[in-house]
Amino acid sequence: MTKHIKITVNGTEHELDVEPRLLLVHLIRENLAMTGTHIGCDTTSCGACTILMDGKSVKSCTILAVQANGKNLTTIEGVSAENEYNHLQEGFKENHGLHCGFCTPGMILRATELLENNPDPTEEEIRWGISGNLCRCTGYNNIVKAIKYASAKNRGIEPASTEPEFV
Amino acid sequence: MIECKTSKAISGMGHSMKRKEDGRFLHGQGNYVDDIKLPDMLYMDIVRSPYAYAKIKNIDSTAALAIPGVLAVITGKDLEQYNLHWMPTLMSDTQMVLPTDTVMYQAQEVCAVIATSRYAARDGREAVKVSYEVMKPVIDPYKAMDASAPVLRTDKEGKKDNHIWHWEAGQKERTEKIFAEAEVVVKEQMHIPRIHVSSIETCGCVADYHKVNNQLNMYMTTQAPHAIRTVIALVAGHVGLTEEKIRVISPDIGGGFGGKVPVYPGYVIAIAASFLIGQPVKWIEDRSENLQADSFARDYHITAEMAGTKDGKILATRFKILADHGYTDASANPSKFPTGMFSIGTGSYDYDTSFMECDAVYTNKPPGGVAYRCSFRVTEAVHAIERITDRFSLEIGKDPADVRMQNFIKKEDFPWKSPMGWEYDSGDYHAGLKLAMDTVDYWGLRKKQAEMRKEGKLMGIGISTFTEIVGAGPSKDFDILGIKMFDSAEIRVHPTGKAIARFGTKSQGQGHETTYAQIIAEVLGIPAENIQVEEGDTDTAPYGLGTYASRSTPTAGAAAAVAARKLKDKARKIAAYLLEVSEEDLEWEPGKFFVKGAPEKVKTIQEIVFASYTNFPQGMEAGFEATHYYDPPNLTFPSGAYICVVEVDKETGAIDVKRFVAIDDCGNIINPMIVQGQVHGGLTQGIAPAMYEELIYDEDGNILNGTLMDYLVPTAVESPSWETGHTVTPSPHHPIGAKGVGESPTVGAPPAIANAIVDALSPYGITHMEIPITPFKVWKALKEKGVV
Ligand code: FES
Ligand code: FES
Repeated sequence: MTKHIKITVNGTEHELDVEPRLLLVHLIRENLAMTGTHIGCDTTSCGACTILMDGKSVKSCTILAVQANGKNLTTIEGVSAENEYNHLQEGFKENHGLHCGFCTPGMILRATELLENNPDPTEEEIRWGISGNLCRCTGYNNIVKAIKYASAKNRGIEPASTEPEFV
Repeated sequence: MIECKTSKAISGMGHSMKRKEDGRFLHGQGNYVDDIKLPDMLYMDIVRSPYAYAKIKNIDSTAALAIPGVLAVITGKDLEQYNLHWMPTLMSDTQMVLPTDTVMYQAQEVCAVIATSRYAARDGREAVKVSYEVMKPVIDPYKAMDASAPVLRTDKEGKKDNHIWHWEAGQKERTEKIFAEAEVVVKEQMHIPRIHVSSIETCGCVADYHKVNNQLNMYMTTQAPHAIRTVIALVAGHVGLTEEKIRVISPDIGGGFGGKVPVYPGYVIAIAASFLIGQPVKWIEDRSENLQADSFARDYHITAEMAGTKDGKILATRFKILADHGYTDASANPSKFPTGMFSIGTGSYDYDTSFMECDAVYTNKPPGGVAYRCSFRVTEAVHAIERITDRFSLEIGKDPADVRMQNFIKKEDFPWKSPMGWEYDSGDYHAGLKLAMDTVDYWGLRKKQAEMRKEGKLMGIGISTFTEIVGAGPSKDFDILGIKMFDSAEIRVHPTGKAIARFGTKSQGQGHETTYAQIIAEVLGIPAENIQVEEGDTDTAPYGLGTYASRSTPTAGAAAAVAARKLKDKARKIAAYLLEVSEEDLEWEPGKFFVKGAPEKVKTIQEIVFASYTNFPQGMEAGFEATHYYDPPNLTFPSGAYICVVEVDKETGAIDVKRFVAIDDCGNIINPMIVQGQVHGGLTQGIAPAMYEELIYDEDGNILNGTLMDYLVPTAVESPSWETGHTVTPSPHHPIGAKGVGESPTVGAPPAIANAIVDALSPYGITHMEIPITPFKVWKALKEKGVV
């Protein structure tokens, strides 16, 4: 038994027949072959699978593909052209906000909505804002810095220095 | 500021060059193992044991095989026909690939389902019916040592108990004498809990066997692709898979931290399945399987003792360990070191007597004993020495900072021989601690603490001044399964002056594509931007032992520098030939040779490389390539001084980390941005076991927190805003004076945090807290003392 669905991913419309139990993250990664969205757990705890659904950040491992019928999705592949960096991507690169890169797509999509709702967040708001996304490598300091950087750039302000600060 | 010898355009050592690998990760174009999709690829899922100890009575796969898409169910009996049901561990113990009769721990692999899709494989897994005869497991390692305990490893002929091995080192008699006569002796019992690296990417592979040419391509999450190739050949050579027919490819890795060093049964089953069916087989474990079955770290029960004088001189230490290895010793230590580098546990202090011993034991828990971002058991050692040093300070009523300053090995006493026989290469411990103390205003904080105590408020300051031991290792002592622990670099510079460099290591996020390029840029003056770094493909990279235990910079980084120096020697010869002068008349400036006193007579490295292909002296070998296998003369000894400040809420036990200052000394720094990033990440993996993480088992061997819902990996909220800094004491024997840094913070942070919390609670007679120190434990301890 399959169900017919229509979804828009990064501006392109797709029509597919899917098993009702298919997880959205598998639809994205396997049916649509966009592997930038990752899977890090089986309990909705890590956020590696975070995408935007109608502009809201969601964990695509906990949504059925059929629930995304008629929705507009953005994945990491859709946040900028391949040879360009949006402010968040640039912020992560300039501030060393990634090591292995596995959590990074989810972090960036989550931060996208965070800055949408709160263009100038404090450090504490950023930390709480990304607390549904785990990173095992970076210790978060530089992710916070990266999001601040993007926040400044979005608002047309010169971001803080990206040189590492040592005591 | 770090001094740089090269321009930013070249970006040699000392430049905070932005990472070359970031572009693909930031655009969702990384290539992790689960992103690999091959034609006709099948999927594997694993049926696991719900019991910690049971006999398998029957495996019924009828219902599973009836599911559309399910092709096969592979059991231990199937593998037995090919003698593939057992494999060696990296510690020369043995481990089941799949059981033929008994399961030894919960979540152990029982059989594997092969299907045409991920979902069908999972359906098949649910449909396999296994009946068990449940037995009473042995979970407590102390009980496992009892003479009356049932013998678990009945597969080992003549095995009469659960004891694995005994290790001891140091000066036993002298230690006992000092302890018997010392003015002050302190003792604490400490458990360094069983934890899990839980990298955000789990483990997995695609085994791709081609019958027609008897070739296995193995894409897998491994930190040590070459060593794994050799292990596969050892396990499967008898069925015709010999080493030249095996290509291991380690693609982008989503964090490793030690958990991706061992060979897990899943990899071997996937290879067997692909071998039998003749199609590629993908196996990706889910998070719960990862936490429940893959190698754990730590699980050392330590009795730590220190003897000293009333005025604070440390005289001797004694450590007695019980190591719970679970079902098999599946650690990943160098062969001669069953307790890894635990013997670094005499610490940063100048005394000459210590005795350490360890007994390892089997229990019905998952096997392992790998590192968790730590160089072979150094975290356990550092916790023991740094906690017991604080306990000693408390006992004699002296400030722990003063006791450390009093006992530190002096800068001028390096190289320094430790009582355990290590030769510490260099260090400046006084400078590190002083910088950390100045940064937090240590004595100001002590005053504030006294005032807060008067108001009944709990504030604590904790110090950890650790010495690490990394860069395994010199071939005279270090091997894994007999293979010496060198590492390698191969540099090829193309005619247009751009290069590719390949290594025997494998980055899992450490930034090798950038830092290795910077090392070569430093030596040759070719811009790091123009040096492509490649690792992880055993068909193309030179043999090496891989990336773990902070060994990449000390070994492969050194190999890169030495290989680049060989090329620089060649460049000098070509430049002399082109400029028609003798080699001695040439002077080097990053990126060019020029004639002494005539700077207009110059050849850039790019011109020289071009000439090595187009116009080289007669008799010289053409081209511009070099390889080096680096055998380190000694290990490197990074160090650090960490200070943590906490406030504890009396009513709830809640712990608030107010500040954490980490001063690291990892010798010369290749890329300050990356070093700092490594320190941040390591610190968060240090607070994790100190306050949050522990794998907990009940008495029946059930894991009580086997998912990320209840195994508490710190989020950005739990992780403090880290403050970092450094002192620079170059390694005298490393070609570029570097030491390695990735693991120092994970090693150094837990005792700083524990010491801070104990310091906060010490006015109530509390002398020790077991990590992870949770609010509940604090509240309970305060309640027992009648404080709340
Ligand atoms: S994969 Fe972990 S939250 Fe979705
Ligand atoms: S960068 Fe590795 S998990 Fe975040």
